[in-house]
Amino acid sequence: MKSPFRPDLVPDATLLDEHKPLIGSLERRGLVRGGLSLGALAMLTGCDVKRPEAVESALLAISHFNDVVQAMLFDPNKLAPTYPASMILRPPKFNAYYDVMDVKPVNGATWRLELSGLIADRRPWTLPQLQALPQTSMVIKHICVEGWSYIGGWTGVRLRTFLEHVGADLRAKYVAFKTADDYPSSIDMATALHPQTLLATQYGGDTLADPFGYPMRLRTATKLGYKNPKWVTAIEVTNKYTGGYWEERGFSWFAGL
Amino acid sequence: MSRVNDKVSPVTPPPVGWRLHPLPLRVMHWINAVVMLVMITSGWGIYDDDVIIRGFHFNSFWRLGDWAAWSLNWHFAGMWFLALNGLTYLVYGFASGRFREKLLPIRLPELAQTVVETLHFKIAHEDITVYNAVQKLLYIVVILAGIAQVVTGLAIWKPVQFSGLVSLLGGFQTARVLHFAGMVVIVGFLIVHVTLALLVPKTLWAMVAGGPRLAMRGQLRGSNARQGHAT
Repeated sequence: MKSPFRPDLVPDATLLDEHKPLIGSLERRGLVRGGLSLGALAMLTGCDVKRPEAVESALLAISHFNDVVQAMLFDPNKLAPTYPASMILRPPKFNAYYDVMDVKPVNGATWRLELSGLIADRRPWTLPQLQALPQTSMVIKHICVEGWSYIGGWTGVRLRTFLEHVGADLRAKYVAFKTADDYPSSIDMATALHPQTLLATQYGGDTLADPFGYPMRLRTATKLGYKNPKWVTAIEVTNKYTGGYWEERGFSWFAGL
Repeated sequence: MSRVNDKVSPVTPPPVGWRLHPLPLRVMHWINAVVMLVMITSGWGIYDDDVIIRGFHFNSFWRLGDWAAWSLNWHFAGMWFLALNGLTYLVYGFASGRFREKLLPIRLPELAQTVVETLHFKIAHEDITVYNAVQKLLYIVVILAGIAQVVTGLAIWKPVQFSGLVSLLGGFQTARVLHFAGMVVIVGFLIVHVTLALLVPKTLWAMVAGGPRLAMRGQLRGSNARQGHAT
């Protein structure tokens, strides 16, 4: 999302070029000075200024405990509420760790889905092959960890159907994803097998648009928005915890709804 | 220290019973005070990521957690302490008879009279062992608001697992606004509560040291029960 603090009008580039050396030297000096005083303060207190290490590790320990509680609360047979197709928001809301202008479209014709880990048949998949599998549609609420939500309509093959088709070990702990925008993600097997977890290729009956993950993205109705990686390029079935982009930055891993 | 209450009438037993605020209550009160502050300020950090009231932000000074992920971690850690401490308090309040004794009954004329007196800055506080009607109402409101926060909090934490609760509350966004409104009620209470405690410091001290000893509650209730049985 575009920051509200970012100006609509950017200054003339030539102006910036003219003053670049001056700004550079100022920044270097400020950085050295700031670094010294911050370092001194950190040495003095023996901890990070904003987030003391002991507090951080205690909070993370509770967050991991909460992941276990969340997994226990997760009912594999409980379906997320669904809505009529007339309520689908068009286009959906874009959100990523970068601006919509920085989206790098993926070529669907050359795109391949790589498979690895505890899977019997690890041959890569093409888009037409994926679309030849039985398709499911769902109109569900997308809930972002920030608090906003919208109703979206998604079509694709159930991840469960796909995993069964390629002979994945369904007793494995995790299903991990790699994406074209360097946004690694992973989910628990119970959620991967939930009927409302799709490898989505369509939105509102149309081919997925570029900003929303064309050709294929994960769409699960039982997790927060950030657990739905777009532009998926690889799937791994594993017992090894691989985390994810936001999880490494402090967000909860399970993030179940 | 021997005689805290000089107005003890000769027929009532000497003050050898429980303190106004027994130890477990004081412990729960101060745990709650810390946890409430954690929940409120981390909640402001979460709120600030996607505001409900357009243009209304909380300054970073007031937000616990340097950005939303850590505000959430504080919030989801604090929730356990809030819920467990709160549940213990409710069980204690009902089982010990404290709620019935301190918070009931609330009589409407008395309520109106206290409101008028308060507006004239006539705040009676000679006897801190008895709550006036406004105090009783405020304590009941804040206890209910605390329970409501847990319910709306559960709804927005697990809107699929508790989808029935979410639709009962009027949908996810409504539940979210209700959770925010509950915070406003609690913060409003806190401002009044802390202001009055600072204006009448002996109430604050009583919550630390326990306050005056009361006649044995069990004895009193026992005698009431006997009377009730006789008539």
